[in-house]
Amino acid sequence: MTHEPFEKNSIILLIGILIMVSIGGLVQIAPLFWVDSTIEKVKGMRPYTPLEQAGRDIYVREGCYTCHSQMIRTLRDEVERYGHYSLAAESMYDHPFQWGSKRTGPDLARVGGKYSDAWQREHLINPRSVVPESIMPGYPWLAKSKLDYSKVTKNLSTLRLVGVPYSDEMIAAAKADIEAQVNPDSKGVKALLARYPKAKVGNFDGNAADVTELDAVIAYLQMLGTLVDFASFDASGPNLR
Amino acid sequence: MAGHKEIDEATGVETTGHVWDGDLRELNKPLPKWWLYTFYVCIVWAIGYWVLYPTWPTANGYTKGMLGYSQRATVTEEVKAGKAAQSGLRDRLQKTALADVRKNPELLQFAVAGGKAAFADNCAPCHGRGAQGGNGYPNLNDDDWIWGGQVDAIQQTIQHGIRWQGAADTRESAMPRFGLDEILEPAQIGDVADYVLSLSGGKADAAAVERGKATYAEQCSACHGEDGKGNAELGAPNLTDAIWLYGSDRATVMESIRTGRGGAMPAWAGRLDPVTIKSLAVYVHSLGGGK
Repeated sequence: MTHEPFEKNSIILLIGILIMVSIGGLVQIAPLFWVDSTIEKVKGMRPYTPLEQAGRDIYVREGCYTCHSQMIRTLRDEVERYGHYSLAAESMYDHPFQWGSKRTGPDLARVGGKYSDAWQREHLINPRSVVPESIMPGYPWLAKSKLDYSKVTKNLSTLRLVGVPYSDEMIAAAKADIEAQVNPDSKGVKALLARYPKAKVGNFDGNAADVTELDAVIAYLQMLGTLVDFASFDASGPNLR
Repeated sequence: MAGHKEIDEATGVETTGHVWDGDLRELNKPLPKWWLYTFYVCIVWAIGYWVLYPTWPTANGYTKGMLGYSQRATVTEEVKAGKAAQSGLRDRLQKTALADVRKNPELLQFAVAGGKAAFADNCAPCHGRGAQGGNGYPNLNDDDWIWGGQVDAIQQTIQHGIRWQGAADTRESAMPRFGLDEILEPAQIGDVADYVLSLSGGKADAAAVERGKATYAEQCSACHGEDGKGNAELGAPNLTDAIWLYGSDRATVMESIRTGRGGAMPAWAGRLDPVTIKSLAVYVHSLGGGK
């Protein structure tokens, strides 16, 4: 067959290109949607609490991802430094995910529980107050900015559209859950923990009066990588969700 | 056109035989041989790769490849091999009672080296690269210990943390929030601060010290001791020395009394393996102030 028609007719060429690219795309991308090993099922994963999700949005807004990845690769030095290598399932409710290999700062995939809330607070406001050699910029305005969670219900509903399993109950209680998570003495904590097991509750920013952006960011950081119980994880076997 | 060979007059090079607009022709300039053969070699290499390594997706999995290669298995092996390379000393460190580690110079050296590496990654962000501490984070080089400076006390602190949410055996003690919970009047807090400062020979107003002394005996002495020397069982710091966790000026001491502070340290059991925690305890104990 001669390729003259392709060279002389742009529409035929275009259709030809589309067919070829589709084949390549189908082979590479399509199996990811049905192959079980793409996202293996693990115990412990849950959607972010509304406060964690708000913290995550601020994390993205402030561009934390330009220096910090959230992906521990299957390499010995990474596993020995940061902990168990990351699983795809640990990012399954992330929109967008925070993978990457470009690190100016350390990987944060398992930073949850590594430092105290007070340390995170001081470090975010002025990193050099606790780590003199740090080159991270300070984010002092987070402590001063009240968290705007007026749209949290819409935020969670939108995430549900793209596949995060927020229930009607979770969405209805979103505002109450934000207020409960920063107040360990409040009545809503029990319900929050029932909806979101392992959530860290606390007055993260040390300011009991307001829910600040700093509260949200620390709540998010303190849960990173803490959900999957690796004691019951088998890298080669089935891991039921 | 196929099979037709036409030579371009100007260059003497064969053309492709295509003609556009009646007279526009294209010279046939094939790819260099070295490039072409490298390309073929790459294709053959790719086929070999398909056979040996995991490549093609299938209906419910993927082809595993003849080598059975898996990054997960590889990293697990590597970590195991790394540990195995230290196995003699690691095993001995694991079996040796914590208090006996320092009696064996070889083990001590191994534990201190391992502890130092783990410290730099896990502990230095709060306690500093040289374990010198910082505002709110104790200096680990001195002999002033809030929760005890014996090596087993240090190990317990590392394992379970201090006031750490979710850790069952964490070290727990809460100094009352004398100001926030309105247990003491602001003036009384000032007086107690003066008294506390006087315990370590700091500048204080004599009349305030006298007033503060009574309040101290009533409110503070149960944990910090009548003499102010503290109690490691309760995590109550010694108030008679010149070592201050949050600062020695009157305003800072008042703030400590007002809020109760209650700093937290993470529990490391679970995050770090037992041998690493043991090494850390030995390392911290070796820094100079261990009891």
